[in-house]
Amino acid sequence: MTDSVDARGLSCPQPVILARQKMQSMGRGAFEVKVDTDTARENITRLAQKEGWEVESKEAGREYVLVLTKG
Amino acid sequence: MNKTKNFFGTRTGIVATGALIGILAALLQKMGNPGNMGICVACFERDIAGALGLHRAAVVQYIRPEIIGFVFGALIAAYAFKEFRPRAGSAPIVRFFLGFFAMTGALVFLGCPWRALLRLSAGDGNAIAGLIGLTAGIAIGVAFLKNGYNLGRTQKSYVAMGWILPLAMGALFIFLLLAPQMGDNGQTGPIFLSAKGPGSMHAPIAVSLLIGLFIGFMAQRTRFCTMGAVRDIILMRDFHLASGVLALIAGAFITNLILGQFQAGFENQPIAHTNQLWNFSGMALAGLAFALAGGCPGRQLFLAGEGDGDAGVLVLGMIIGAGFAHNFSLASSPKGVGLYGPLAVLIGLAFCFFVGLTMREKI
Repeated sequence: MTDSVDARGLSCPQPVILARQKMQSMGRGAFEVKVDTDTARENITRLAQKEGWEVESKEAGREYVLVLTKG
Repeated sequence: MNKTKNFFGTRTGIVATGALIGILAALLQKMGNPGNMGICVACFERDIAGALGLHRAAVVQYIRPEIIGFVFGALIAAYAFKEFRPRAGSAPIVRFFLGFFAMTGALVFLGCPWRALLRLSAGDGNAIAGLIGLTAGIAIGVAFLKNGYNLGRTQKSYVAMGWILPLAMGALFIFLLLAPQMGDNGQTGPIFLSAKGPGSMHAPIAVSLLIGLFIGFMAQRTRFCTMGAVRDIILMRDFHLASGVLALIAGAFITNLILGQFQAGFENQPIAHTNQLWNFSGMALAGLAFALAGGCPGRQLFLAGEGDGDAGVLVLGMIIGAGFAHNFSLASSPKGVGLYGPLAVLIGLAFCFFVGLTMREKI
């Protein structure tokens, strides 16, 4: 079971803060972040890649599931 | 489409947008807009409040097509790229008053964050205290964010809900074109347009509207945000948005030099005062309020254009706040700070601290 962060409906920059906290607490591994705006998707992707995480974005209806992985 | 989508998300995209905003703002001034006010979201919403008779400061009343263009430009971009997402319900009344007090702070300084940058790029040294204040206010907002400040989640809503603010902007445009004079036997309002002062200074309507549409489109795509630029540096050492802000200053600076609009100094700057304590404090209040609301006033217009009803409520809070700011002698003028401006800034800061400290959840 992958850890999951639900950042849907939160305004900027809360989705990024949540994703960042998760990255910091895990250090490495994999988890998913649910977002529902393109801004949140882009911001999390940019930050995660800068921190050395790989990001896979899956579109689910009008929402996105971002899978963040760091080996 | 994807390639275009990617371009706007790149460093080049945000830099190009910032530079274009700076250049176009300086050009708008050349074509008639007030001094160092090619674009000012706060001032322009204040002018709209005046045009609607919500305040009676006769020199600052005009329906600014740039504001209407920002909303529709963002709306068009949101539809074109399938990003129109009607949503609302994240503490709207709090956002209304954040907008209200952000406007109070902006009018004590005499400008929104965009105008602070434009003033700096035209040589107005008084903008420095404002920008330091803005940064201080945003830093306080970031501290609240780090401690779990959160206005709660939005809910998905109806497409029609997302259209309400854009439609209201459309109504404003009709008011501008018709400028009905029904009061006092056809001699006055309800639409008031300044005959002198900054409100009477404006670029041609079509030019203002088209530039507004263009900027709204670009800014929706790139998520351009002046408050976010400072916030992201403090919070995450991320300079993406900041590169757009720096490009805005550079674009406006060079254009101002070419057009002869650059004049360095502190005294006699257009629509500015030299009381640095309240330049600082006014913008600190605005910065804090915008940080708590999640975006600068320009960004709130773009969000409203992509269907964010809460951002629309904040815009209304700013317009109503502008009415109060002039009616209650809170707004500054080139002569100095308004009689009750300092008290209003303190009340606004108290409100923001109340919101920041009490509205949080353990996240």
